[in-house]
Amino acid sequence: MAVEQSRRDFLGMAFGGVAAVGGVFALGAMKASWDPLPSVISAGFTTVDLSPMEMGEIRTIEWRKLPVFILKKSSDIAKNSARDVVVGDASYTVVIGLCTHLGCIPSWRPRTQDFICACHGGVFDASGVNTFGPPPRPLDIPPFKIDGTKLVLGEEGPEYAKLVGNA
Amino acid sequence: MKELKILAVVVFLTAIVYIGVEPYAHSKLHPAVTPADFQFQDLERTGKVGDAARGAETFMMAGCIGCHGLESQGMPFSMDNQSASQSFGVVPPDLSSAGLIYDETFLAALIKNPAKALMVEHKFNEANPHPMTSFYGLGGDLDQEVADIVAYLKSIAPASMSSVEIFDDACLRCHGMKYDNGKLMPTEADAILAYMGTIPPDLSPMIRARSHSFLETFINNPQKHLEGTSMPRVGLTKEAQLQVVDYMESIGDSKKEERERVGLYIMGYFVILSIFAYLWKNKVWREVK
Amino acid sequence: MAQFEKANGIVDWLDQRLAIRTLGRVLMTEYWIPKNINFLWAMGVVLITLFLLLVVSGIFLLMYYKPDVHQAFDSVNYTIMHEVAYGWLWRHIHGVAASATFLVIYIHMLTAIYYGAYKNGREIIWISGMMLFGMFSAAAFSGYMLPWGQMSYWAAQVITNLFGGVPVIGEALVVWIRGDFAVADATLTRFFMLHVLLLPLVIMLVIVIHFYSLRLPHVSNELGEELDFEAEAEKYKVGNKKESKVVPFWPMFLSKDFYIVSVFMVFFFYLVSFHFNFAMDPINFEPANAMKTPAHIYPEWYFLWSYEILRGFFFDIGPLSASDIGLAAFGFANVAFFLLPLLDKSPIVAPASQRGKFNIWFWVLIADLIILTVYGKLPATGANAWVGFFASMVFIGLFVALPFITKNEKRRGA
Repeated sequence: MAVEQSRRDFLGMAFGGVAAVGGVFALGAMKASWDPLPSVISAGFTTVDLSPMEMGEIRTIEWRKLPVFILKKSSDIAKNSARDVVVGDASYTVVIGLCTHLGCIPSWRPRTQDFICACHGGVFDASGVNTFGPPPRPLDIPPFKIDGTKLVLGEEGPEYAKLVGNA
Repeated sequence: MKELKILAVVVFLTAIVYIGVEPYAHSKLHPAVTPADFQFQDLERTGKVGDAARGAETFMMAGCIGCHGLESQGMPFSMDNQSASQSFGVVPPDLSSAGLIYDETFLAALIKNPAKALMVEHKFNEANPHPMTSFYGLGGDLDQEVADIVAYLKSIAPASMSSVEIFDDACLRCHGMKYDNGKLMPTEADAILAYMGTIPPDLSPMIRARSHSFLETFINNPQKHLEGTSMPRVGLTKEAQLQVVDYMESIGDSKKEERERVGLYIMGYFVILSIFAYLWKNKVWREVK
Repeated sequence: MAQFEKANGIVDWLDQRLAIRTLGRVLMTEYWIPKNINFLWAMGVVLITLFLLLVVSGIFLLMYYKPDVHQAFDSVNYTIMHEVAYGWLWRHIHGVAASATFLVIYIHMLTAIYYGAYKNGREIIWISGMMLFGMFSAAAFSGYMLPWGQMSYWAAQVITNLFGGVPVIGEALVVWIRGDFAVADATLTRFFMLHVLLLPLVIMLVIVIHFYSLRLPHVSNELGEELDFEAEAEKYKVGNKKESKVVPFWPMFLSKDFYIVSVFMVFFFYLVSFHFNFAMDPINFEPANAMKTPAHIYPEWYFLWSYEILRGFFFDIGPLSASDIGLAAFGFANVAFFLLPLLDKSPIVAPASQRGKFNIWFWVLIADLIILTVYGKLPATGANAWVGFFASMVFIGLFVALPFITKNEKRRGA
């Protein structure tokens, strides 16, 4: 039918418009179905009791399926007031253990007291600051809250806000 | 006109198939049963009026506390779940709420003859006794003593309970509810298997597997629907039972309210779309009619 | 190579490369449909809509479903129904759409039978359509297994057992189909593959064939009239739209389809939210228990008529056992409709109301299918068993009798 519409097909466009509105709502429901499940979101909090840690000890714990390094700084490790997590009278490095370059997990070197990433040779110091190689920024600090001698990962406490503000 | 007649024929034939396959067939597959009896008319009513204060003493002397905890009175059950399961086949109920959620005629009958009140006499008899021993009295008027115990239980029971609390007290000992944050029965599976002959099903999807009317008559008297079943008559009052079913619905059909609300919106949307579709279709067809 | 010039507008740009204007004429604006049709002609588009709903809702179910005997039930009845946002909506749409698809397939199929649209050049439309019915049946059966409820398990057990009736290779065949000696994880995963990949692909392919095979014989009409489509199309194109006996697929035919689909959707979503137990049987909300058969098992309503034929033969006849006769009758019932173009010996294409004996044949068939369906749900005891037997015999008899009824049909049978 090569006949041209002499007048705009208003009813047709109105119908198309109403159909499109329905489509938008359907797409909204579909987007919601992709959202992480409530059980996944609620599992996003991990509590770590720091009291049994010894000076110079480093632990890797899992938070939101990611590795998190916790290093209780011994006296020979330099403090970093902009990045240290202070609990009681100890300073800790609390960082997400993924290289900020492309996501490999760096290894702690006890002799040189730093982290080295096997993938492309990036190096981070004991406070997680990038000192050599391709990593563009220090290791990320996860949201945390201090609860006595416990560290709650996933919740943003005032100490976290201060550190992030300093960065 | 002709199209309406055709539509009428299609609707009529569909309706016949639907009625035959659904309400009619289901009435044949599940013949009607007598309504739930919350008066427990098969059990004896002694007519005694219980005294709660006397009942407190009778309760302690009767030794109920040997198997039943009374948490609200500071007397929690002494055994852990594992030991209890192995000893009794099932974790015995704490009695703090019994006075509220169970019918008093039922409770009185239960204390005197558990197997009879629970309707499990087909399983438990002299040779194979029920884990709960019958109470033969402390030497006085048995019916009066029983009435006193029931009065005591009623006096210490809370004024009201939430639906989940009633479920936990009345059902959880045998039936898990894993869709409620992984809540499982405290009784050990192998113990209850030996005791019941089967592991009672987790009740999470049960509200979708059975109708409300089925659950009402079933919980009130399991033998009506499942003759010979090991499930005891629960003895819940009508209100308590309604709350239990409410809780089952809150877990097993948690999206019911959303489903009905969204359903109305979607139906409304398509009514509007149909109007626009009709108007457009008429406009398009006007030039060819 | 085609001549490419500077395009004036995006439509022209695409048209030069993809011939979209020609495609639009061929598929839409110059695809001619007779005018004398009624709303039953919209059932095809309703089916496409339902199929689309099944695919889209299926996609979201697929994101969360776990095809493993230990995880399947909870992945559906907990994760999808209670955790996933709108998960309940996709599951309910999927179950109700499957049931609705069969209702509309039966309406669509019986419409074709009534109006004689399975013969005189339309045989491949009919056969491809019956193939779609068979494949949708397989998709429904395989899909029903996936939630791994009591009905899932026991329907799988019973239906795979049927193949044991095949002579010589029967027992080995059953084990081969199941991938295990009993219905087990291997069975679940392979039927998952069928339901989610192979059957949808083949269904889409056969739908394309079904649509293509429609073109040369053209869509039929209420009177079985043979139209000169070229002449009528010419009339329309020069502007005699009212006199022409045809209309273009777009916008005429589709605008009526959209209206009918919109109204149908009101009813459909009423079922999805408020009345769905007929499509999502409560028995399947109990997890599968290999040690306990439910007190009542039955297939979904759309399989009941052939299920009743299967159990309609409950006594041995001579050397043949009841189950063998039943199996043979069941096999026949499932191919009987394919044979319709062969069995109908009359070349007359007209509505059944004008075909005398065929009209009676048609309404007897409808009544018989309804009786078979309803009795397929009832317990097969006592009088019910005999009703099933007679109804099954009538079904077979109808198809045996058809060649004789139609052999001497004259044009205006009345």
